Amino acid sequence: MLRYLGKRFLLILPTIFVPLILVFLLLRLSPGDPAGMMLGDQATAEQIAALRTQLGLDQPIWVQFLLWLKGIVTLDLGNSIFFREPVMQIIPRYAGVTIMLTLVALTLAVVIGITMGLLSAMNRNKPIDRGVVTTAVLGISLPEFWFALLLIFVFAVTLRWFPVAGYNPPSAGLVAFASTIFLPALALGVRQSALMTRMMRSSMLDVLNEPYITTARAQGLPESKVIGQYAMRTAAMPVVTVAGLSAGYMLGGAVAIEIIFALPGLGRMLVEAVGRRDYPLVEGGVLTISLVLAVLNLAIDLIYAILDPRIRYQ
Amino acid sequence: MSAHLTPLPADHLSPVPQAPTVLDVDNLSLSLRNADGLLPIVTDVSFSIRQGEAVALVGESGCGKSITASAIMGIAPENAVIGGTITLNGKVISSLSPRDRRRLCGRHMGFIFQEPMTALHPTLSIGRQMTDTLRHNLGLSHAEATNRAAELLDRVGIPRARDILKGYVHELSGGMRQRVMIALAISCGPSLIIADEPTTALDVTIQAQVLDLLEDMRREFNLAMLFITHDLEVVGDFCEKAVVMYAGDVVERGLSADVVNAPTHPYARGLIDAVPAHDDGRTRLTPILGTVPPVGQWPEGCRFAPRCTRADAQCQTRPALERHGQTDARCWHPLEGIQ
Repeated sequence: MLRYLGKRFLLILPTIFVPLILVFLLLRLSPGDPAGMMLGDQATAEQIAALRTQLGLDQPIWVQFLLWLKGIVTLDLGNSIFFREPVMQIIPRYAGVTIMLTLVALTLAVVIGITMGLLSAMNRNKPIDRGVVTTAVLGISLPEFWFALLLIFVFAVTLRWFPVAGYNPPSAGLVAFASTIFLPALALGVRQSALMTRMMRSSMLDVLNEPYITTARAQGLPESKVIGQYAMRTAAMPVVTVAGLSAGYMLGGAVAIEIIFALPGLGRMLVEAVGRRDYPLVEGGVLTISLVLAVLNLAIDLIYAILDPRIRYQ
Repeated sequence: MSAHLTPLPADHLSPVPQAPTVLDVDNLSLSLRNADGLLPIVTDVSFSIRQGEAVALVGESGCGKSITASAIMGIAPENAVIGGTITLNGKVISSLSPRDRRRLCGRHMGFIFQEPMTALHPTLSIGRQMTDTLRHNLGLSHAEATNRAAELLDRVGIPRARDILKGYVHELSGGMRQRVMIALAISCGPSLIIADEPTTALDVTIQAQVLDLLEDMRREFNLAMLFITHDLEVVGDFCEKAVVMYAGDVVERGLSADVVNAPTHPYARGLIDAVPAHDDGRTRLTPILGTVPPVGQWPEGCRFAPRCTRADAQCQTRPALERHGQTDARCWHPLEGIQ
């Protein structure tokens, strides 16, 4: 088990570093210069050159990258060019919102997906099944930003059940937190939940045809146990796999959702930082998102190993 | 345990008339409901099994053996429409609700599948699967169920039973898996075991061991056994009675010695001629020409007629299952007295 987790851990290192290298290069290839941005239109070439030297931007790219890697090891990601304070202090203020949003969206997607998929499979070809499948197709086709606007219009503007935008951290109380996170998480999770519904349905239908389910029935186990434990245990595995992919997708999708709902999250912070050519902050943000994704995937691998003993011994 | 079948005593092949009847299947039929209506799969199957007796259900693939077994267990597909009467230990069970039928599974009837690799749960431990069954059916505590599971594994010849309980099906060999399956089937003390080709998926050397074990279990617990197979050698060695099925019908029924040595239905004869024998000097096997007609395309009269060398105009009407010589056969032109 430990060896398995160790292996998975080694495999996530590229997941973290490949995007970092790409972002590092792309930032420096894109037009626009942080020094020029900071000093404004009136700055002279000498002033800009001086600032570039101060920020280390006149070094060759590989030196900059090595210096930055050294920063990761020493937990010093540099100072934000715009905020003029350490990136390590800025990131935590935004990361919590994004992590919460992703976790709640992922939980919603998994719960909705498994419930609906199960309901659908148990009522195969009946009206309820057709209803769920149709809704799922619709759900997969909805773009998040459009669904987000629809949710705001119906539940926040018209019905006034939720605030239109803004964010309360969990420390503000569960109800206050839930009221601001529910609509964004739903908007972010709906496509993935539709995907998981379809996954769960087909996987459940497959598993119900497996001989070991017939064995469980032939042993006299009640149907609730046959479905709830024997079939669910294997049928849920593809959904767990998809959850790993969904997590990555959601971290990306969070950018649009955070902007629409005015959530002070990493996604919004990144968009603004890119606009300001705030290299250290963009790099720090990408590093954080990569790390969150890696940790989530490691957790999913762990769940997978608990669910399927065959994986542990490979 | 020897690699060969234990030779049976001479009197073993005679039926046991004094023993009570465990299973009686009378006029069982099964159709599947689909978009076009009802598709008949099995028609008019009747036989009975006494305590301690093994009855073979023989036939080619697709003739309705396995679905007959699932109808008896009460685990037939949801769209199955089942007719006829099934009586277990003197109680009619075919009219019970699905929930009440399920209660008989495990406790009164055990099922052994062909392929234990897929018939055991891939991600639940062997112990969990056994104790779930024991706890649910017998109301044992976790500790009691674990002890009983270990005893059962020990009894079916699995060494280090306690370790195996913690293991999973993919860690076991084919023979071991089938032993676990047998332990699971007998775990709650059923009076009837239905074994659906229990040795087909195993290596030849392991087949004999598993048959030996089944024979041991049958004697020790005085089990009635329905043994689904297409291996006629097993029929003669292991079962007292044999029921031969063709295209959803019982075509021949009798003591297995008679069915194997002096079959009266041309199909049963054909099955036997298609199997290599060690001592009869034949150099070529005689196959049955043609294939089993698919479900839904059965001929009107005798379903075997299109493949039968003895068929004539009379075979356009359906024959009844009648006594010819030593066995019952569904045939207008039985092979009486032909050895």
